Amino acid sequence: MGQTDAAAVEAFLYHEAALLDSWKLDEWLALLTEDATYRVPSNDRPESDPKTALFMIADDIRRIRARVTRLKDPHAHAEYPRSRTRRFISNLRIVGESPLRVEANFIVYRFRGNDDKREYVGHYRYTLVPRDGTFRIQSREAILDAMELASLGTVSFIL
Amino acid sequence: MQLIVNEPQAHRFEVNRAALIDPDIFAREREKVFERCWLYVGHESEVREPGDFRTRIVCGRPILFCRDSASELRVFLNTCRHRGAVVCREPEGNAKRHTCFYHGWTYDRDGKLYAIPGQDAYPPSFDRAQYGLQPPPRVDSYRGFIFLNFDRNAPSLRDYLGKAVEYIDLVLDQSPTGRMEVIHGTQEYDIKANWKLLVENSFDDYHLITTHATWLDYLKNSGVQVRKPEKGHVLPSHGLGKDLGGGHGTTDNVNFRGRPVAAWIPIYGDAAKPELDRIRQEITTRLGEERAKRVCDTNRNLLIFPSLVLLDGSSVSIRSFQPVAPDRMRVRAWALGPVEETPLARQVRLDSFLTFYGPGGFATPDDIEALESVQQGVGSYKEVQWSPITRGIAKEGEQLNTDEAHLRAFWTQWDKLMRQP
Repeated sequence: MGQTDAAAVEAFLYHEAALLDSWKLDEWLALLTEDATYRVPSNDRPESDPKTALFMIADDIRRIRARVTRLKDPHAHAEYPRSRTRRFISNLRIVGESPLRVEANFIVYRFRGNDDKREYVGHYRYTLVPRDGTFRIQSREAILDAMELASLGTVSFIL
Repeated sequence: MQLIVNEPQAHRFEVNRAALIDPDIFAREREKVFERCWLYVGHESEVREPGDFRTRIVCGRPILFCRDSASELRVFLNTCRHRGAVVCREPEGNAKRHTCFYHGWTYDRDGKLYAIPGQDAYPPSFDRAQYGLQPPPRVDSYRGFIFLNFDRNAPSLRDYLGKAVEYIDLVLDQSPTGRMEVIHGTQEYDIKANWKLLVENSFDDYHLITTHATWLDYLKNSGVQVRKPEKGHVLPSHGLGKDLGGGHGTTDNVNFRGRPVAAWIPIYGDAAKPELDRIRQEITTRLGEERAKRVCDTNRNLLIFPSLVLLDGSSVSIRSFQPVAPDRMRVRAWALGPVEETPLARQVRLDSFLTFYGPGGFATPDDIEALESVQQGVGSYKEVQWSPITRGIAKEGEQLNTDEAHLRAFWTQWDKLMRQP
């Protein structure tokens, strides 16, 4: 196994971002492994384990699928009408090869109704599995820089 | 301005929507309600060792609470006695002393003014002992929950809590020694709505079926038995709404949603089943069958007037909120668990928390959406002035959790305080 091509990882994350921004959630699910996790830690405990600390989101694959089911339902009131989001991903670094661990910065703008824009700033931590010339996501963690969620309010969309 | 119409004989109870939006009412509320009631500060388990401290805002005042050198719990107004700067600017930590960075006044963890730069320039009458960090007028705690009161003449905390302690005690019975701890990780978020809307929402079960339809679907899809409501009910199980006096109130519901202590549902996973059985066995042995049933098979959302809620359902959460503006509040929520809990039980507790509660849960975001929607809607308060809170008002006997007796109790107490001189 050689060095992972950073450009290929970057292209993959851009693809994921495009799916999430266009709410193609089933296609997004197809990017995940059967044991995938999705986590957003509490703002005051960014380096924690959901077994011992309260997170905002700590989904296993079943909960991720349930989250998608919920978000596709118009009775998910917090996201109906849906937020518009736009993700900017940068400063990508491959921090481990086996397993393949990737970190990247993000800014996610969220627009809803006549609300002011909300800016979610932080970094992602991914564990990726190379498969079929592309990747699958085994874990993704979105760590917010804000000291408190405060005026960001909720993380009701997939961050 | 009349804020409440309360005519029980005529079956009328209405709230003036101005109470949710008017800036003058908001200003009066701080003085008449928040500056006279016992307000939640924090939990003893958040500071364990001498020097451990936390800071937070209570009713607009920066507060420092800590353990002093003798490990006694202390609460201070976190403002320098010199010019007023916030002395301790970190959210948490451990410190022997706290130095105000502005001019260097230094306080020890007992609150005493320890040292000041260039003291000789002060007149001989300057007495350092008079300039320690000042505590709030009243501080007291009940079984680990720390409160303060800005009114020197307020009743004791125990008298203030009144019948609410029965329900606090019920939550604490989850622990073999009656001791619960705040688990690391704080959910802090704003809601663009008046704080009283979260009071209502926290123990109004009438909204559950519609607001939380997707959460109920999630339970069903996960193999949880969600029965069709019986006649006269809106919800899958029987539940009461109780006025506990003093503006406090609670729901008291037969559980259907799963409880980490100790009612297993498939969401917890098969591996957790024996552990929940063991927990239940311990509770039954310790408290007897009847009390164990109350602890394990009933849920409660308890309001401690004005703005502390203990949620004891899918998990246990302390939810404390502060008005920031007529149309804005800041919420802080923590998970609370028995100190003796095994790693597996703790994991179930934290995981179960996230199925419902918090800014990324499957239910709380929809509550927030509802409250923000109300806040926008009551922009027309001059034209559409009154909201009826009359569910159950014409009924004899027990009031259900989907009735509104407990909401009326809150509003009645609020109105009483607002009308005091």
